[in-house]
This record gives sequence, C-alpha cells and structure tokens, in this order.
Amino acid sequence: MNPPVAPATGGGRIRTPLPFPTAAKPAVADTQLRANLHRATRTIRAKRARVVDEVPDWEALRDAGSAIKADVQRRLPELLEQFEASATAAGATVHWARDAAEACRIVVALTRAAGADEVVKVKSMATQEIELNEALEAAGIAAYETDLAELIVQLGDDTPSHILVPAIHYNRAQIREIFQRRMADAPADLSDEPAALAEAARAHLRRRFLSARVAVSGANFAVADTGTLVVVESEGNGRMCLTLPETLISVVGVEKLLPTFTDLEVFLQLLPRSSTGERMNPYTSMWTGVTPGDGPQDVHIVLVDNGRSAVLADPVGRPALSCIRCSACLNVCPVYERAGGHAYGSVYPGPIGAILSPQLTGVADNASLPYASTLCGACYDVCPVKINIPEILVHLRQQAPHPPAERATMRVLSWVMRSPRRWAAALRLARAGAGPLGAYRERTTGARTLRRLPWPASAWTRSRDLPLPASQTFREWWEKQ
Amino acid sequence: MVGKAVSARDEILARLRTALADNPPPVQVPRGYRRVDDRSDVIETLVDRLEDYRAVVHRGIDALPRLLSEVDRLAVPIDVPADWLAGYAGELHRDAPPLSAAALDDLDAVLTGCAVVVADTGTIILDAGPAQGRRALTLVPDRHICVVRTDQVVGLLPEALTQLDPRAPLTWISGPSATSDIELNRVEGVHGPRRLEVVLIGSGA
Repeated sequence: MNPPVAPATGGGRIRTPLPFPTAAKPAVADTQLRANLHRATRTIRAKRARVVDEVPDWEALRDAGSAIKADVQRRLPELLEQFEASATAAGATVHWARDAAEACRIVVALTRAAGADEVVKVKSMATQEIELNEALEAAGIAAYETDLAELIVQLGDDTPSHILVPAIHYNRAQIREIFQRRMADAPADLSDEPAALAEAARAHLRRRFLSARVAVSGANFAVADTGTLVVVESEGNGRMCLTLPETLISVVGVEKLLPTFTDLEVFLQLLPRSSTGERMNPYTSMWTGVTPGDGPQDVHIVLVDNGRSAVLADPVGRPALSCIRCSACLNVCPVYERAGGHAYGSVYPGPIGAILSPQLTGVADNASLPYASTLCGACYDVCPVKINIPEILVHLRQQAPHPPAERATMRVLSWVMRSPRRWAAALRLARAGAGPLGAYRERTTGARTLRRLPWPASAWTRSRDLPLPASQTFREWWEKQ
Repeated sequence: MVGKAVSARDEILARLRTALADNPPPVQVPRGYRRVDDRSDVIETLVDRLEDYRAVVHRGIDALPRLLSEVDRLAVPIDVPADWLAGYAGELHRDAPPLSAAALDDLDAVLTGCAVVVADTGTIILDAGPAQGRRALTLVPDRHICVVRTDQVVGLLPEALTQLDPRAPLTWISGPSATSDIELNRVEGVHGPRRLEVVLIGSGA
C-alpha cells in the first residue's frame, strides 16, 4: 500500500458552529463585553507601541523573522526529521499525530502509563485546539489549567476568547465572582484587586504544583538543530509544570520549528514586545530532552499536523503558518474589538484566526471567517513576522462558496466593466434610474444615499448605505471644460 | 498488495512533501538587526530595566550580609561561593541531597549566581552552571536573591545567546513573577518567586 500523501485538513475546536455575523450579534449587543474589550485592547495597544518604538531595528527583526519562518515552511519535512533526531538523542521521546483525535489518544496513553489520574497544564493553544481537556476528562483524567486566565475560563465553564489572555472578556469584578463561586479555597473576603485575585490563584494551585506527577505543555518554539523546546510565560506556572513533575508531555504543532538555536535571537525579541508589550516576559524556559537530576526525567514531545499540511499546500495561504501566536493582530483589529473572540468559533480568533481556521478546516467549513474583517490592514502592520493577512483574507474569500445569485451578478458586472462603452452606458442607466430617488438625501451631510432598498437588494443595505450615482461623471465634466 | 499500516510519522512527512510540490525558492535570511550593543552605559541600562520590572537592585557584595540577615531559612546550590555566606547566622539548606519540592516550599529564600545577563531587557539567564543549581531551587522559594557579576552583563539578547549551551536547562528571568491576565494590567507576584533581588558585584569579586 502506498502512503496516502494528500495534505489533510484538521479537526478540534477550529470550526465556527455559526456564521460569524450570527455569532457576533449577541456580543456586539453586550455593552459590558464591549467595554471590557475596549479597555483591555486599548491598554495593550499602548504598551506594545511604547516598547516597539524603543527598538531601533524593529523592522530588521521583522524582516528576519518573516524570512526564517518562510525558510522553515520550505524545509519543513527535513527540519522535522532533524528535530526528531536531536530531541531523541537528548533523551526525549517523539510522537507524531495526524490529527486532533490521535494527539489526544497519545497524551491519554502517556498519562496512564505514568500511572496518573490528573495532569497540570501550561497554557497552550495546541492543546485547546485539539480539545485535550475534554479527551482527558472522558478518559477519567482531571486536567488542571494553571495559567491565571485559563484557570478563570476553566472555572467559569467558558472557552478562551483571546490567544494571549483567554479571559480578556471578563473584568476584575466578574473574575472575583467566578473565584468565589467555583474556587473552594478562595478567601471569603476576596476583593477584586488584581493583586488579591492573583494571590488567590497562587494559593489555590500551590499544593497541586508540588504534588503533580504529569504536566502537559505546548511550546512556543522547537529548535531543529538542538532538539530544544521553548516556553514563554509570565506567572511561573509554566516553570512549575516544566520543572517539578516527573513526566512532561509537550504538544507541538509541526509549524513551530526554528532551524537553529541562534534564530531565537530574533523571535525572543519579537514575541514579548508584540504580545504582552513587555521588553521581555518574566520567565522563559528552554529544555533539551532530559537533564539528569534536574526536572522531568520522562520527556515526551507530540508533533501534531491537524490541518497544517493543508495550510502548507496553498502557496498564498502558507504564511499563516508563520504565526507565533502573539495576538498583536487581535488587539488592533476593529472587528475583534467589537465582536470579541467567541464570535470566531475557533480557538484562533481575530485576524489570524480568520485566515488560519478556514485553512486548517478547509474554507467550506469556515466560509464566513474570511469576511470577518474590514481589510483595514492594521493587523499586517503590527504582525511581528509580517503575515500579509489582508491578502490571504481576499484569497480565501475567492475560495469560499458564493450563492448562485451573487455569482451571476458578479459575472454580469464583470462583463459590463470590461468595456468602457458598456460601463458608460450602465452609469447613464443607473443615473436615470436614480433620478426619481433624488429626494433621498442623507440628513447630516446632504449626500445622495439610500438607507434601505427593497428585497432582495435589502441584503446589501442591511448593514450599508447605498450611495446614489453623481449627477455627472468626472469624464462628462472634463469634456465640458 | 497488503502492506503494514503507514506510521503517523511517515504519513505526516509525506503530506508535507506533497504540500511543497510547488517547490518554493530558497530563502536568504536578512540579518540586518543589531547583534552587538554599542551602548557604553550597559550597567546603568540594566539597573533601569530591572527596577522598571520591580526587581530590587543592590550594589556591591557588602549588601549581601544585610539582605541575608532578614532570611531565617536559606536554600543554596552546593557550589555557592563561601564568601557570599560570610557571617550568615540563619538556617542554611544546601541542595545535597536534593531538597524536595515541599522542603523548598518551607524555605524563605534562595541565593544563587547566574550565567549571563541581558541589559537591554533586564533579563537574568540561569543555565544550571556554577553557583546556580537545578531549576527547582530558584523556583519554589518565594524570594530569589541573585548575585550578578558586572562581567556577566551583555547589552543585547543576541550577545547572550552565543554564550549559552542549548543542551543545558535554561531559565530566563525578567523581574519577579507577574501576570497581565486581569484587564491586561501587569501585577507582580503569582507562582514564581514574588521577590527578585539582584546584587551587582564587580568582576573581580
């Protein structure tokens, strides 16, 4: 039997169950949510701008980061083999998972083999993507999230709404309420001061860290030439999980590779400033296989495809695999700021989610996401690895299924616009048709524009005005001069 | 013909090779960014950055006895320089045999050195080398007192990377444990040491 070699799409929490406009409706109407998001994204935008501005070679770092990732994508199969060989030589065991379900099965089996019925978890997008917590629970294994925001989301029976700060949609008062309701050992007089909430989380997780036997993490980077994994974090929950348990299982998307250890000099400058707006995050851990007498002695790495091969197969969409999950694009996006992360359905929200999720699942399964954007381009400007998100959005819109009426209309429009004569005639016709509507003037500006058209054109005016054609075109005016 | 099941490894690699059928051209990585710092005031920059992230900076080895006098129970790596402990009267816990996590949790502070320090970002890097011990030692106690020699300080991150052995377990520390998870405001003090104190000493010491 020949190996089935076609790139394959993935599963897990990367599909939007509802079209984006439908899913966004309740969020846009929720004034508390919008206030929370507005405040948080404005704070982080300012912090990022300040620390990026103090780096004189920021653009050179972006150029290098973008090129290194393009090189990784081009050489992905050989770099994966190199990473596997280096990590194995250093004492790690490397596993491969075609999709979300297979990755979950591997983690469950490894946890059972370690004789554990609970795991502590470092915040990881990959394990959220493959719905690992649900798989562990189904197997009778309790998974404890240890990142503060993940803990808030887990205690609140909620799902993450932001890549970096999964609980960005909650304010401090709401977080206190969740802690008081669901955290048995929360102090009775818990205040909503962030310091008090952080202290409560510290006390809650302390014993669990000290006794945990198995930890599950993701990785921000996997270095091919040395077999090193890198986790970037703030609270120290990552260090606890990566250091104290006997068994460490890291779930890593195949796109996370860097060719050499030296390449970290670029990404460890780009990532913290782009994500938390800090010069450097408080803690970064790097480990290479097993170090005798220091940290976990049973080290596993699960390399996951789950749709990444399908992303790689599209030369235009491929750069979506360069993403380092900083979430700078979420924080500047006018659509994200108003709709919030849940509207995107997938664990990857915001502009990067709008290009990544549809490519991971196949565009037909996430057809509304490429439209969840105004194409303003702010995401491209802040992206530390220069992913041209607007270009990929337009590319994916072309691939998304379109209704027959829209396709027919576009074909006619295209035919009309191909000939200057036909186009001029069409404009004359439109003007004649709009003549009787001349009284419809927009109240404040006096512009000639229609607010509401009858069905089926109402689909257009539901969320837009329709400007009426000017009484003479520029060409007509020019001829008279 | 019935063959054995294709392994996930082989199948994923084959998928990725198919995905690259368009044969993308080789990539030249432009490395126009700064790799060496031309600043003269590297130490001042370091102090500024450390304090900005709420680490407490002390100057000179003479600051140590006063700091340690507040510590009742102190953890140290087995190879801690003897002169750092001169006059220490509290309970000293050397990490040999290795202290359990629970035992470390009962101690008040840990005293270590470090491998390399990046001034530009205020980052202290530990590589389990001399006077540093294993990773748990600097993680569990609530207060980390770290001695930094000025000749261990470099300006920029790329300078630090060239001095590190990737096979060693590496911990990069920039200020005390913190979180930005509540309304994206930074709050110090979560799971890692809530107090980070840096003692800057001359290169001869």
